[in-house]
Amino acid sequence: MSQEDQRQAETESSAARQPDEPVGVSDEAGHEAYWRANVRTLLSLLLVWFFVSFGCGILWVDALNEYSFFGWKLGFWFSQQGAIYTFVVLIFVYVFKMNALDRRFNVDEDR
Amino acid sequence: MSAQVLTYIFVGLTFGLYIAIAIWSRSGSTADFYVAGGHVHPLANGAATAADWMSAASYLSMAGIIAFEGADGARYLMGWTGGYVLLALCLAPYLRKFAKFTVPDFVGDRYYSQTARLVAVLCVVFISFTYIAGQMRGVGIVFSRFLEVDIDLGVGIGMGIVFFYAVLGGMKGITYTQVAQYCVLIFAYLVPAIYISLMLTNVPLPMLGFGSTLNDGSGMFLLDKLDGLTQELGMAAFTEGKKSTVDMFFITAALMAGTAGLPHVIVRFFTVPSVRDARVSAGYALIFIALLYTTAPAVAAFARLNIIDALNETEYQALPEWFSKWEDSGLLAWVDKNQDGKLQYRGGAALEPAKPIFSGERGASGERLVSNEVGASANELYIDRDIIVLAHPEIAQLPNWVVALVAAGGLAAALSTAAGLLLVISSAISHDLLKNTLARNLTETQELRWARVSAAVAILIAGLFGIYPPGFVAEVVAFAFGLAAASFFPVILLGIFSTRMNKEAAISGMLSGLILTTSYISYFKFMAPELNHAEHWWFGISPEGIGTLGMLLNFAVALVVMRVTPPPPESVVNMVRAIRIPKQAS
Repeated sequence: MSQEDQRQAETESSAARQPDEPVGVSDEAGHEAYWRANVRTLLSLLLVWFFVSFGCGILWVDALNEYSFFGWKLGFWFSQQGAIYTFVVLIFVYVFKMNALDRRFNVDEDR
Repeated sequence: MSAQVLTYIFVGLTFGLYIAIAIWSRSGSTADFYVAGGHVHPLANGAATAADWMSAASYLSMAGIIAFEGADGARYLMGWTGGYVLLALCLAPYLRKFAKFTVPDFVGDRYYSQTARLVAVLCVVFISFTYIAGQMRGVGIVFSRFLEVDIDLGVGIGMGIVFFYAVLGGMKGITYTQVAQYCVLIFAYLVPAIYISLMLTNVPLPMLGFGSTLNDGSGMFLLDKLDGLTQELGMAAFTEGKKSTVDMFFITAALMAGTAGLPHVIVRFFTVPSVRDARVSAGYALIFIALLYTTAPAVAAFARLNIIDALNETEYQALPEWFSKWEDSGLLAWVDKNQDGKLQYRGGAALEPAKPIFSGERGASGERLVSNEVGASANELYIDRDIIVLAHPEIAQLPNWVVALVAAGGLAAALSTAAGLLLVISSAISHDLLKNTLARNLTETQELRWARVSAAVAILIAGLFGIYPPGFVAEVVAFAFGLAAASFFPVILLGIFSTRMNKEAAISGMLSGLILTTSYISYFKFMAPELNHAEHWWFGISPEGIGTLGMLLNFAVALVVMRVTPPPPESVVNMVRAIRIPKQAS
């Protein structure tokens, strides 16, 4: 197990010890855990971002155009409509997830 | 009432509104002037960001480009919206926590270097002026076409209005006028689109209408009809792209990263009260932008269909009235190649060179004659893409008040973007160059005065660009995005996501990205434009998409240099750690 993994394991176990208590960021481990969760969230959302725009809208557009979606060819719809709708949803999912994360780590700005 | 009288009324009313808002929201401090005191509600900031971002190009040109390029237009649709995902997730919240005034502020502080700050100032000024030239020209065009005043006078009036609210109100004045301008421009964009969608498909929402069946009794899908027509006339099918996959990929990526790195967009997120507001505000901004961006391809498809329908195989005398109006302004031209007195609209360029050079004489049918060579194709119609949005209400025979509304919307789009850019230029000069570099002992009052002076000077220069447009404006727009993608985006991103990132890596990364992008674009646009074809491009990447390669180089150089040079000082590491969390737990 590398040093990185070890640290992550430690922080996760410390979070597991006190599930109801907000986890602070005052110590190194808490700060690290918050940041890791943040990066994980945004990487998973960026994967979707890449998939709908560069994937469905550009790389596989010709293959998807074989299918029709209402009056559109599917690839064409993704590149001119679908990708944009997905972008909007992604940002709001991010907002929702980050607000929850902030509360869990006691760093939300309402307190 | 005639369209012209109505246009005067609408433009007069909207300008009156912008001035009233400017008087109500004067700035009293530098914080007001640069970031509206940081008190802007996230919803208002979302609308202001949308108006700030959607320029004369988005409003006037984009639907026209898509109308004639079809599927390839997707690079603008995805590129100019997908950038907001990057901005919202990777930049905006952290820059808000940083809580300063400008982008060079961040670059200078994060990389503890006055050199980096100055490079950033230069990039900001260059990118913003590039952009602003097109906006002022857009204002002039709308004025001259709809109000029949001289283009120069139109630019002058536009300058006067922006001067009033940007110099007086700073960011505070600009923010609230931008909110009003967003409402004007989106209303003006949607009303004709909804009208036309109802006329063609009975579906009120244009973004659904263009995927529906036509109401002409054929029961055909609109896009199938359009694909059929375009192919029948020897053009590329509307829903098929012509650009290579590689080029589409690189251009879209450059536009996305460029959008996220554009200083006048980033700075809008300094104006909201909290990190949480910055996140949600980016979401609101994208909803507001998406309203126009999902409508644009529908407008494009409707317009292409209507144009073929109204013009093809029609005798010159029987052409609709708008044809001769736009012909008079030089944006349409017809050459009767087969001498049958009818207009044939086909694939290929009608003229050689492509833009018409009018000889001043009239032909057999009364058309304006051109002295161009006629191209090899059977196509007899030259049509400038920029007229689609402005002419479409007339093409679809909508009422005069809709025509007038579109003109007011075009002005709102151009003025709101121009104001946002001017503010970025003025703060780069007064705050980053004077206060933080050359004259550190400026008092708040002096700095505010300098901010106003530099805004005023910037407006004058921008106006001159509008009146005497440099021939290279269209070429350098690719620069603005390429540079933002290759310089700011990687440096800001690494500055947040790596605590090890240091000044040596930032400067060498920025420089290598800038040099690659600048030289590639200059080579193909200025030094050897005759070689600007796919077979001469690296890996098939056009100058429009090279910013992506510049960005990758910037990342690569920075990541290598970072490992062989000393780490940043403790204070900078602490700053990075601090901007990563919204609030330090008490």
